[in-house]
Amino acid sequence: MSESFTFYIDGVPVEAAPGMTILDAAQAAGIWIPRLCWHEELEPFGGCRVCTVKMNGRSCAACTQPAEPESVVENDSVALREWRKALVELLFAEGNHFCMACEKSGSCELQALAYRLGIAAPRFEHRWQAREVDASHADVLIDRNRCILCARCVRASRDLDGKNVFGFTGRGPERRVAVNSDARLRDTDLDVSDRAVDICPVGAIIRKGVGFTVPIGARRYDGAPIGSDVESANDELESANEHTEGGAAATVRQEE
Amino acid sequence: MSTTRRVVIEPLTRVEGHGKVTIRLDSAGEVESARLHVVEFRGFERFIQGRPYWEMPVAVQRLCGICPVSHHLAAAKAMDGIVGVDELTPTAEKVRRLMHYGQIFQSHALHFFHLSSPDLLFGFDSDPATRNVIGVAGAFPELARQGILMRKYGQEVIQATAGKKVHGTGAIPGGVNRSLTSAERVELAADIPRQKRWAAEAVAIARDYTLENLAFATEFAAFPSNHLGLVRPDGTFDLYDGVLRAVDESGEKILNDVEAGRYADVLVEEVRPWSYMKFPFLRELGPHKGWYRVGPLARLAVCERIATPEAEAARVQFDEAMGGRPGTMSLAYHWARMIETLSAIEEIEQLLDDPDIEGDDLVRKGERRPESVGVIEAPRGTLFHHYVVADDDTVMRANLIVSTTSNNEPMNRAVESVAKKFLTGTEITEGLLNHVEVAIRAYDPCLSCATHALGKMPLVIEIQDAGGRTLAEGKRNS
Ligand code: SF4
Ligand code: FES
Repeated sequence: MSESFTFYIDGVPVEAAPGMTILDAAQAAGIWIPRLCWHEELEPFGGCRVCTVKMNGRSCAACTQPAEPESVVENDSVALREWRKALVELLFAEGNHFCMACEKSGSCELQALAYRLGIAAPRFEHRWQAREVDASHADVLIDRNRCILCARCVRASRDLDGKNVFGFTGRGPERRVAVNSDARLRDTDLDVSDRAVDICPVGAIIRKGVGFTVPIGARRYDGAPIGSDVESANDELESANEHTEGGAAATVRQEE
Repeated sequence: MSTTRRVVIEPLTRVEGHGKVTIRLDSAGEVESARLHVVEFRGFERFIQGRPYWEMPVAVQRLCGICPVSHHLAAAKAMDGIVGVDELTPTAEKVRRLMHYGQIFQSHALHFFHLSSPDLLFGFDSDPATRNVIGVAGAFPELARQGILMRKYGQEVIQATAGKKVHGTGAIPGGVNRSLTSAERVELAADIPRQKRWAAEAVAIARDYTLENLAFATEFAAFPSNHLGLVRPDGTFDLYDGVLRAVDESGEKILNDVEAGRYADVLVEEVRPWSYMKFPFLRELGPHKGWYRVGPLARLAVCERIATPEAEAARVQFDEAMGGRPGTMSLAYHWARMIETLSAIEEIEQLLDDPDIEGDDLVRKGERRPESVGVIEAPRGTLFHHYVVADDDTVMRANLIVSTTSNNEPMNRAVESVAKKFLTGTEITEGLLNHVEVAIRAYDPCLSCATHALGKMPLVIEIQDAGGRTLAEGKRNS
């Protein structure tokens, strides 16, 4: 096994093993890079581009780009924040996201990202596209109004569930998440216990009847903004570091 | 009628939130009729068609910026039926009631202190420039402060039960998603004595005003009517749940305790070409005689008693002043509204004293049903939510009757009676504008303009001749 190496994210030295993506290495170091289509259990997809960073001055998707020794990565800069904001705003403009009436509100990654990035008023013209709801399945519902085409469901069904329930059809603005049988969700072999059911970052694939059972205050992002779980892992590393004297934090990673 | 004579209500006018009134004169130049054109929830059915049923209690709050909590609860009650639950857990029932009383309390306080008190304290003819909540704050600072703190208290009750002051999520099909924490309960209970005292004082203000101006109030926008509202099966006042009861102008029951789910058997919604709004009437009495009032005045007319002591004592006084019959005075709405405010705070007190309010048995489940009706007494009157849900759990059809719809005809009558009294010739005087405004405001209609916190209602009055030609138009902006 080859040696791990160091690279720099916003000036902070980060350890990485060869082949590790920038996002994975950052994650392990407690540095949060905004992302949407990435999911820890799935192969990276590189679709949403919210994770865009600059490596040695060149833009790339942190979720697919392997880290390189001694490279200099720009993550939390004004320019990149603006770029990510625009991407997220475009997602809002393309879909029909009525957060107020959406049961995923408070636990939605898109909404949480919008809050964290400080998106206030919409800047782009809303497309108001008509999109279909598929309520045919007894336990699971697809609301395409909220789909951001992240392909998590596609990958989860294929790679985690060993099925092929989801796919995409159409191009450009007409692109939609579809189900494999080209029919309705009820005609697929989707089971409510499939990983694909819970992996949607927004409220596009939901379990029926759950609705608003989680009260305001107890939802995923009510207590802490998106990304803070990654960053607090960093805090824990640091405070562990303080208690065990200098340099010990690095060993936590080097031990692996 | 030629097209040039047709009255056109510009959608823009409605968006801007003007109350628009058309006064039609007969060939002799006397007031023949008056019509108030109000906002209707157009497109609502389309908006929720195909949406999953469990979304309704939250989604419908987008319909109305004035009483979202009432829509939230009416839809949740309907959804209880959809998930086959006829009786909630004690905690769920009590948390929902607490939320509802919080909403009644804050909405009535807002209406009274921000919108009505300037009229009552300064007189209808006083300068509109100071006849507003700012004027009240200057002349009666303590009262204005109470109004603000009462509203705030109601909102805190809503927050504790719904999770947020506006657009919360507390009520879900078959129950609630939260109950109170001990800390919330203690904090809310601590303020009860003061809130109760203020509510009682507000009743006294409204009562004294009505009694001191009784001669005027029995003339001003006063007319007999039928009244409709929910009561408990034993006739006790209840704002959250009950059976439908209607009484005629003498207090005789004309709808005796009909199960709320059967509303469509006893009510008909008439569509009139000139209005965006439907006109409901009691089927048995027909369109001409079957119209009715809803809201505080009607609720005190249909009930036999109020369960809490202070509000009941106030109700008895009110009943005496009305001569033991259903109220006829539009202005008496204010007094009735404050009695309800007092009853709401007494109910809140009892609920906060009840250990169930902290319980953790929140939701029940039952057999899915295809259709259900939820009815509640919203601050402005009876609110009906009716849904048909397909096998795939999405809403196929919905029908709503909001309180402002039910009060449509009464408000027209109120405006008509005021116009007959205050309109001479075709001149739209300040006095006419003032009095029309006061008459409409008594009903607390869901016009978007009714929310104008400064209390000055943007109002357009148009006078037409018998052929529908515009003779004069007067306007007051906010
Ligand atoms: S349905 Fe959800 S998981 Fe699937 S592509 Fe759309 S947003 Fe992603
Ligand atoms: S998270 Fe990297 S492209 Fe979506």
